[in-house]
Amino acid sequence: MQQVSINTKDLKKRMYAEQRSLWIKRFFYNKMLVFGSLLLILLGFLVLILPFFIKSDPLVMDTVNRFKAPSSEHWFGTDSYGRDVFSRVIYGGRVSIIIGLAVTLISGFFGLVIGVCSAYYRSLDHILMRFCDGLMAFPAILLAIAIMATMGPNSFNVVIALSIVFTPYVARVVRSSAIVIKEQTYIEALKSQGASAWRILALHIAPNTISPLIIQCTFIFADTILTEAALSFLGAGIPAPEPSWGNILYDGKLAIFNAWWMTAFPGVALLLTVLGLNLFGDGLRDLLDPHTNKAKK
Amino acid sequence: MQPLIEVKNLKKYFEINNGIGKKKNVVKAIDDVSFTIFKGETYGLVGESGCGKSTTGRTLLKLIEATSGECIYNGKNILQMKNREMAEVRRDFQMVFQDPYSSLNPKKRIGQILEESLIIHKIGDKNSRTEMTLEILKKVGFQEEHYFRYPHEFSGGQRQRIGLARALILNPQLIICDEPVSALDVSIQSQVINLLQEVQKSFDLTYLFIAHDLSVVRHISDRIGVMYLGNIVEEAQTDELFERPLHPYTQALISAVPISHPKQAREKIKLKGEIPSPLNPPSGCVFHTRCPYATEICQSQKPDMRTFSSGRRVACHLVEE
Repeated sequence: MQQVSINTKDLKKRMYAEQRSLWIKRFFYNKMLVFGSLLLILLGFLVLILPFFIKSDPLVMDTVNRFKAPSSEHWFGTDSYGRDVFSRVIYGGRVSIIIGLAVTLISGFFGLVIGVCSAYYRSLDHILMRFCDGLMAFPAILLAIAIMATMGPNSFNVVIALSIVFTPYVARVVRSSAIVIKEQTYIEALKSQGASAWRILALHIAPNTISPLIIQCTFIFADTILTEAALSFLGAGIPAPEPSWGNILYDGKLAIFNAWWMTAFPGVALLLTVLGLNLFGDGLRDLLDPHTNKAKK
Repeated sequence: MQPLIEVKNLKKYFEINNGIGKKKNVVKAIDDVSFTIFKGETYGLVGESGCGKSTTGRTLLKLIEATSGECIYNGKNILQMKNREMAEVRRDFQMVFQDPYSSLNPKKRIGQILEESLIIHKIGDKNSRTEMTLEILKKVGFQEEHYFRYPHEFSGGQRQRIGLARALILNPQLIICDEPVSALDVSIQSQVINLLQEVQKSFDLTYLFIAHDLSVVRHISDRIGVMYLGNIVEEAQTDELFERPLHPYTQALISAVPISHPKQAREKIKLKGEIPSPLNPPSGCVFHTRCPYATEICQSQKPDMRTFSSGRRVACHLVEE
């Protein structure tokens, strides 16, 4: 008996090792995923690590050197107050990406929970979905402004407000695919085995809603950055001197014909982030879906 | 022979809501069904689609809550059981499903799917579960390497074998086979049926075999119950039923089975009309609207299930010994 159990242990270990190498192969086979992750790692490095090493302060004004074009001293030029656009983009990216990530994670999590629960429990469905309908009936920005107006503008409140705004969108998408999965025979099989509702929800229904969830989350990340930008512009987002990609863009908009660098650089940064995220999200969905297992042994 | 489960007067009515303030309609999916399954036998349940045979199987596992009736197992009525008590019964009753494509979670590996049953019933530890899984995979004709495969890498017949393995791993008493081969190719059907018969011997199993394909049911069943519109109209040993069907519906059903020899002539009984809606079942005998022999009493009085010699039961006014 002892002999047998050692053998199965070895066998399992060997199989797991095999599977791991297969996963790595699948990761590198998926070019979109590799490119997306590289882009995100690069941006993450620039935005999260670089601020510790660059000397120029994004808040220091230098009114003599206003609207200076990109040069070796100011790589991305200077803005209307003579602040260094490069360091503003880097610092602003930190704010934008952290807010985007936080909102995506929070609304993704709550959206998943609400969506799965309302699909599984018919009685909860009416209450939760009417609530979501109510939130979705407001234009996103208007709702965010209303929440910000009551809580006051700071970055933590921006995260909360935008999470409230985006959660119903995730919940809708998750619910619609969870309803389909709920009716599948394997869920019935689990019920016939006597599996608990928690087990069915968390381990069987939720993992099967992952593809639409990931797609929705990449949209939300991009949307968050843009909505935060709009909020900052309206004075309900990140308070003024502190940079975020949104308020840099809006500052630059006023001078777009005189100083293209003020909008171009944060715009490109935003574009690359959203592109990287979309590629990463699509790739992740393919990686997690066993059906698209193209790179076989 | 010892009875394994006794089903008495099982009823399942579905209520259909027509909107606020309107009268509710009742669909009589199962209307007073009684039968006994003996230990070690295969009890076939046949009938047209919509006659309530699958619903009967599902009420036994409490996937559908029965309206009334009893199901006695080990001296206890499982339809009245609380969840905790029911957990042990669920270990003894397993189900093999019709659709091999949706009955396995596409995101889980075969090993995980099989081990899930063991985890739910808290059997063994991590290693012993793997051992049991590998063992059961071998029993249904797979190798160890299949442990890590995903369901989409298998064909319909293979998936059905995995479904059977999931049922077998808990070492059950009764397996409810809900049309286990109707979604498969004919050549694969025989493979799965042979496997079912094989494991029946080695695991000492009892089957409730639900199907609409009479030739399959004839091959595998010891006894057969014929269902029509939520009622069992006839029940007999397989050979007797096919040689001398007594109920007019059974006669029509059996005459509809294609004959393998082209020159062999047989009278076909063609039933007139459609199967009535269970929303508004006919009065008296449910079959009288289509029965070629129907008389006045059939329209007014519901026939009782009468037991004839050798234990066969028929629900018809006109059948005499």
